[in-house]
Amino acid sequence: MNNAIFSLKKVSKVFPGVKALDGVDLHLYPGQVTALVGENGAGKSTLVKTMTGIYQPDGGEIIFNGKPVQFHSPHDSHALGITAIHQETVLFDDLTVAENIFLGNYPLTKRFSIDWAAMETRSQEILSSINAHMDPNQILRELSIGQKHMVGIARALSVDAKVVILDEPTAALSHHEIHELYELVNTLKSQGKAILFITHKFDEIFTLADRYTVFRDGSFVGEGFIKDTNESQLVEMMVARSIEATYPKKDVAIGETLLEVSNLCHTTEFANISFSLKKGEILGVYGLVGSGRTEVMQALFGTTDHVTGSVKMNGKEVIIHSPKEAIDNGIVYVPEERQKQGIVLELPIYQNVSLPQMERLAKHGQIDQESEMALARQYCERLQVKASCWDEKVMNLSGGNQQKVVIAKWLATNPKVIILDEPTKGIDIGSKAAVHEFMSELVDSGLSVIMVSSELPEILGMSDRILVMNEGLIVGELSRADATPEKVVSLATGGSVTC
Amino acid sequence: MLKRLIYSREGVLSIIVLAMFFGVGVISPDFISLSNSVSIFNDTSILIMLALGQMLVILTRCIDLSVAANVAFTGMFVAMVNQYFPELSMALLIFLSLFIGALLGAINGLFVWLLKVPSIVITLGTMSIYRGATFLLSDGAWVNSHQMSESFIGLPRYEILSIPVLGWMAVAAIILFFWAMKFSVWGRNFYAAGGNPMAAFYSGVNVGKVQFYAFLVSGTLSGLCGYLWVSRFAVAYVDVANGFELQVIAACVIGGVSIVGGLGTVVGCVIGALFIGVVNNALPIIGVSPFWQMAISGLVIIIAVIANATSGKDKARIILRNPNANDEIRAN
Repeated sequence: MNNAIFSLKKVSKVFPGVKALDGVDLHLYPGQVTALVGENGAGKSTLVKTMTGIYQPDGGEIIFNGKPVQFHSPHDSHALGITAIHQETVLFDDLTVAENIFLGNYPLTKRFSIDWAAMETRSQEILSSINAHMDPNQILRELSIGQKHMVGIARALSVDAKVVILDEPTAALSHHEIHELYELVNTLKSQGKAILFITHKFDEIFTLADRYTVFRDGSFVGEGFIKDTNESQLVEMMVARSIEATYPKKDVAIGETLLEVSNLCHTTEFANISFSLKKGEILGVYGLVGSGRTEVMQALFGTTDHVTGSVKMNGKEVIIHSPKEAIDNGIVYVPEERQKQGIVLELPIYQNVSLPQMERLAKHGQIDQESEMALARQYCERLQVKASCWDEKVMNLSGGNQQKVVIAKWLATNPKVIILDEPTKGIDIGSKAAVHEFMSELVDSGLSVIMVSSELPEILGMSDRILVMNEGLIVGELSRADATPEKVVSLATGGSVTC
Repeated sequence: MLKRLIYSREGVLSIIVLAMFFGVGVISPDFISLSNSVSIFNDTSILIMLALGQMLVILTRCIDLSVAANVAFTGMFVAMVNQYFPELSMALLIFLSLFIGALLGAINGLFVWLLKVPSIVITLGTMSIYRGATFLLSDGAWVNSHQMSESFIGLPRYEILSIPVLGWMAVAAIILFFWAMKFSVWGRNFYAAGGNPMAAFYSGVNVGKVQFYAFLVSGTLSGLCGYLWVSRFAVAYVDVANGFELQVIAACVIGGVSIVGGLGTVVGCVIGALFIGVVNNALPIIGVSPFWQMAISGLVIIIAVIANATSGKDKARIILRNPNANDEIRAN
């Protein structure tokens, strides 16, 4: 255990209201792959940011080569040879491969001008060391996604890397490209680099990793050698917790079928999506990022083109080609990025609330500001938006209150079906409970809710029924009684566990 | 309430314009006489109308560089129609100017809406095309005052309650815009589409169509101003209003219309135009070369933009006072 090149000991990171990392340990060894396992929200991303100097820990120690170190900026960790390859690497499409690899760190000649020749030779060296065969002078735009990924990796390795962090590197890759990546990981291993591999896919863990570390809710759960464990043991470590306790799910009488979706298909994103939603029901949709769940919901809301299949509301076929038609049919969608996609910062609260239904509030093209105000007052008070007056610009509100305005806006349209995409993402535990309570109130008042979430406890705690999606398909439907964390995770990861 | 009014951008700007106005009045009392005030407003009317149209375009995160070329083309067109068919009624000619202007605006708008071409590129192109078309139409010839009918020249000058029709048109445009931007669904959509196109889209607003409307209105007003311009100066030629689009955009920016869209008021826009109008009229009186006028407008634009940027910083300060908002996002 003492030969770890890089260790975190009792590291904590606190955000107001959230303890993102709670005294976690992690050890990385030269020439070995350590898999970091945990659900969404377990603290993996925060950990990577702490390791690479983007965040500074609030407690604990970071030890590199036996000496405690402190990272004040990403530059510090980079200088020690700690480098991360992210899910979506930030690259520049209009620059050449070599420029991308050395951006911000160009080799210079004595006269402080960029040494293009050295850049080209060294790019070639790095690229061939990872078996990527491409011309360093090629413009990035002309490469395939897999090749771009290789450039991202080459960029990470352009420093003398000792610790390489791979953060879900296979999420965007094809089968063949994944295979190439595996080879690369083995090459890096044989070069003696310590590798941290973060993934959701169990097959990858068992193919590549030597060791594992499990996190849950920002805490360290356990670690060990891969050869001493198996899939179901890992899943158990990932999800074990009491779920019922924290979720205020009310029993609501479930009525007749309200929404019926059959055979919804999209050329590239999803296929054969069929499901129904009853009055008063909360339907949970679970899937990993990239499983197509958001795309399906956006298709229901009319924002996606090239969709075939049928959607029925109350038994009647409806045609939805634009958000306006969806709103008119009583379907609303509260997007994941509520601030970015939901709010017009420059407009006052009441005008944000009335935005989707201005026509309804207008007589002869003139908006009735009295009824606009009344609407805003009614729904913002219900959601307890904190503002000095409803005439206040939304940009002056706090983030949490801005989110409430978005929800108020959609509730005010008096919808029948409300689709919530990641309703509690990025909000603190207190607010989360409030959102869940509110969902119960919604179905109590006769609405139906579709909740898209990648947080397992939320899905299990709030849903009457759960749809699980993987790679653009619905791979399972579980009733509240049947659903267990293991079943859901195993379906979503395409794993082989059957409990 | 009064405090809020004074501290608002429009309030500050009004005070500056009034201070300039009366400041020049101290040097030259004639400047602040009622008749000269009316004449300054009348001089600025075309700028006001074009700035209102431009405001719509800028609100939706676009820009219309073709307004002045539109003025030149439409002005030449109606002047030539009047020259060759002097018996046609003025109502028809005004309708024609609105129609031609709308058509030219619609061309810009369709490119932006349907082909998603950046508006700066498309209007840079149409700016040259419309100006070139003016040359082709007139073959480089001028239409002079003696070739225009009496009513063609007389209409904008006709005084009602001692204000010329030209000025009344600007007043009508201001009232119409004020109502539309504050009370109509149509007007509200410009703020939504420019403030956050994504959120507007999810709320059922067709952002591209809103942008199209902005160009349509800007073009229609340019067409009307085309007639007003050639009538007021009693001459039509290819270089009419050359470079005027920059003054129009300047009026918007000085008036607090945010160049990145979503922010701007009719009142601010009008005061921005009046600011330029007062400067233009005041400089000759206090004996400053008119060439300074451009430098002064430029300086004011820079000050206005800096004022905008710093008010943006204030926004950040408000958020920081409540650290939760920021950290919630970061915790993600």
